[in-house]
Amino acid sequence: MKIIEKKTLSDVSGIKLTQIEVASPNIAKKAQPGQFIVLMATEKGERIPLTVVKKNKEAGTITIILQEAGFSTKLIGSLNAGDSLYALTGPLGHATEIKNFGRVILVGGGVGIAEIYPVAKSLKEIGNHVTTIIGARTKEVLILEEELKSTSDDFFITTDDGSYERKGFTTDVLKELLSKDKYNVVYAVGPIPMMERVSYVSKEFNVHTLASLNALMVDGTGMCGCCRVTVDGKTKFACIDGPEFDAHLVDWDELKKRNSVYTDKEKHICKLEEATKNAKNSKDS
Amino acid sequence: MFFLRVSSRNFAAKIIMRKEPVQVSELKADIRNKTFDEVVLGYTEEEALEEASRCIQCKNPVCISGCPVGIDIKTFIKQITEKDYKGAYFTIREKSNFPSICGRVCPAEYQCRKTCVLTKKGEPFASERAIQIHFLERFIGDYGKKHHLDVPSEPDKNLSSFKVAVVGSGPAGLCCAGELARKGIKVTVFESLHKTGGVLRYGIPPFRLPWEIMDFEIENVKKLGVEIIPNFVVGKTKTINELFEEGYSAIFLGLGAGVPSFLKVPGINYCNIYSANEFLTRVNLMGAYKFPEFHTPVNVGKHMIVIGGGNTAMDAARVALRLQKLNGIEPNTTVIYRRTEVEMPARRLEIHHAKEEGIKFEFLIQPVSFPGDEKGYVKKIRSLRCELGEPDSSGRRRPVPIEGSEFEMDCDVAVVAVGLGANEVLTRVTPEIKTDRWGDITVDTDTMETSVKNVYAGGDIVGGEGTVIEAMGMAKKAAYAILENLSNKK
Repeated sequence: MKIIEKKTLSDVSGIKLTQIEVASPNIAKKAQPGQFIVLMATEKGERIPLTVVKKNKEAGTITIILQEAGFSTKLIGSLNAGDSLYALTGPLGHATEIKNFGRVILVGGGVGIAEIYPVAKSLKEIGNHVTTIIGARTKEVLILEEELKSTSDDFFITTDDGSYERKGFTTDVLKELLSKDKYNVVYAVGPIPMMERVSYVSKEFNVHTLASLNALMVDGTGMCGCCRVTVDGKTKFACIDGPEFDAHLVDWDELKKRNSVYTDKEKHICKLEEATKNAKNSKDS
Repeated sequence: MFFLRVSSRNFAAKIIMRKEPVQVSELKADIRNKTFDEVVLGYTEEEALEEASRCIQCKNPVCISGCPVGIDIKTFIKQITEKDYKGAYFTIREKSNFPSICGRVCPAEYQCRKTCVLTKKGEPFASERAIQIHFLERFIGDYGKKHHLDVPSEPDKNLSSFKVAVVGSGPAGLCCAGELARKGIKVTVFESLHKTGGVLRYGIPPFRLPWEIMDFEIENVKKLGVEIIPNFVVGKTKTINELFEEGYSAIFLGLGAGVPSFLKVPGINYCNIYSANEFLTRVNLMGAYKFPEFHTPVNVGKHMIVIGGGNTAMDAARVALRLQKLNGIEPNTTVIYRRTEVEMPARRLEIHHAKEEGIKFEFLIQPVSFPGDEKGYVKKIRSLRCELGEPDSSGRRRPVPIEGSEFEMDCDVAVVAVGLGANEVLTRVTPEIKTDRWGDITVDTDTMETSVKNVYAGGDIVGGEGTVIEAMGMAKKAAYAILENLSNKK
């Protein structure tokens, strides 16, 4: 559980993306694209689910990428190479189905770009025609551009502010592609609003679409039901039934609401953290 | 920390009213309901002696028939009266590995105390007059802990080359691991969570079972040479077959009761509707009651409602009320149950404690929906009133909803404690292990062996939710079968 390497992938306009390579021979041997791990930074930390982005069987390491958005992700980001995580469990959830679907479009947004990479790689290796669309708020927060380009037959980039490549959303490109050509599967990972939009667009064209849901979790092994999502009117657990589901059947509105259930607590703990830091700084100076 | 002794008896009363049960000391309700400190303080030596002396030492000790593992209750109580506490400890240990734990969490009023001759015939649970066997067991268990008593290991040279894997570090797994290690077998316990203890850790709150008690028992198991590996999900991190390939001769599955059931009613997925497992895991395992020192949050409401009538419901309600107190919220926690108090499967002691602490109970209520707000948060609980009909398959009278009786209660946090289904993480990837229609693992009840050779199972994953002592009984049976099997191999 020792951190082998830590890299800041981007740290601009309030978006900090951090990549961590951590020693875990068992998980490195087992992890399949689409699976996730649960980690704790410290003994008092939260259990945080994160997708396995890369694995190195020989070195016995896995790589995860996280956006330092809240208290716990910042805490993970504050660890350095040589530090150990308190806990690391996995690989959890079902792996993405990797087979020759034919023509596949992968849509990645924000930190979700990291998660489509292993899927893109595997789908390409097995013979699919892979089209990848990645999007970010601005140029500097785009990640894995080169890697994804090399695993894709067609490759598109959008930025919300137009600072790089095409200005607009990934779904703009998706819609154009689907209107022009026939595709068999769409696979989306990213912020919930993005996955929801992808789902609406692909539904118009009746293309089977999978989305990897980032529901809140505690144990990640089906024990608590924190991650329950409604799919096709039925309650499912993202951790053991997912994390991927048919995007057209997901109750997106419910997922958005459920994922915001601790917003107030988050503000509270971040404010406290800020206050402690300020107090410490004023003492130091 | 100060506490008041609730029991008040004077010497004269003791002699005249010898047949009155000795009340156990407890933290006072208005003090304990804002802490997670242990509620029941246990018997002093004097109290234990007095309670033990009430036992009439029946020729035919029917209490023993009520114990799922058949502890020789008559003998250990006799030994207490003779102040042979050490002897009493080893009498219990013949059948039960964790007397300090069982003495705290066993539903004695449905087991040994119910069959005690002092219980009136036909009562649904033990009469108050029945001997307080569980408190005596706890006294002896704690005595053993204090005096570092333990069953000596009897390593068998013929067995020392074998390795056995145990999956799950709950009561079943720990018990099986201990039994095997005592015979010199090298045991590895694989635990999926970051802490050991299973349901004892994530489910049962520390005010019922302090961590210190559990940690002591876990340390004892470790001292026998058992290695416990946390953060390891068998079925995911490694499969059963991979463990066999690594040289384990047998595998015991103590997976526990897994997946929480939810009511199939509209609004069940609104924010702030928790399963009892999630609510208790956040608080007990993750320390959410100490948020923000511990980083896992839990939401606390002004109108907290717990649905269910079992021990888990009682635990959830008592935790909920404590969280309200700790957060400066006027305590308002209600348990709603679809039958009446008599049919509640919870321990009578827990119901009593919950009431003392200020938890409200509403009976004969069946939720039909959870109205929420536009942000997706639960706001109310809509229910039907019920009346009791004919007995159902459980033998308890079935609740029958009364048409047109719908009513609403305010509810900003709900905890659903209506049972658990099997967790199929392992059996889904190991289909050769046969399961029943509920997903529980089927075993040969003589040996606890599953449909796969050398794979054994016990605890809640066999036959659904049960008690710690039942889990232990199954684990011991499996351990003996494993030992016999391995002995024959040599």
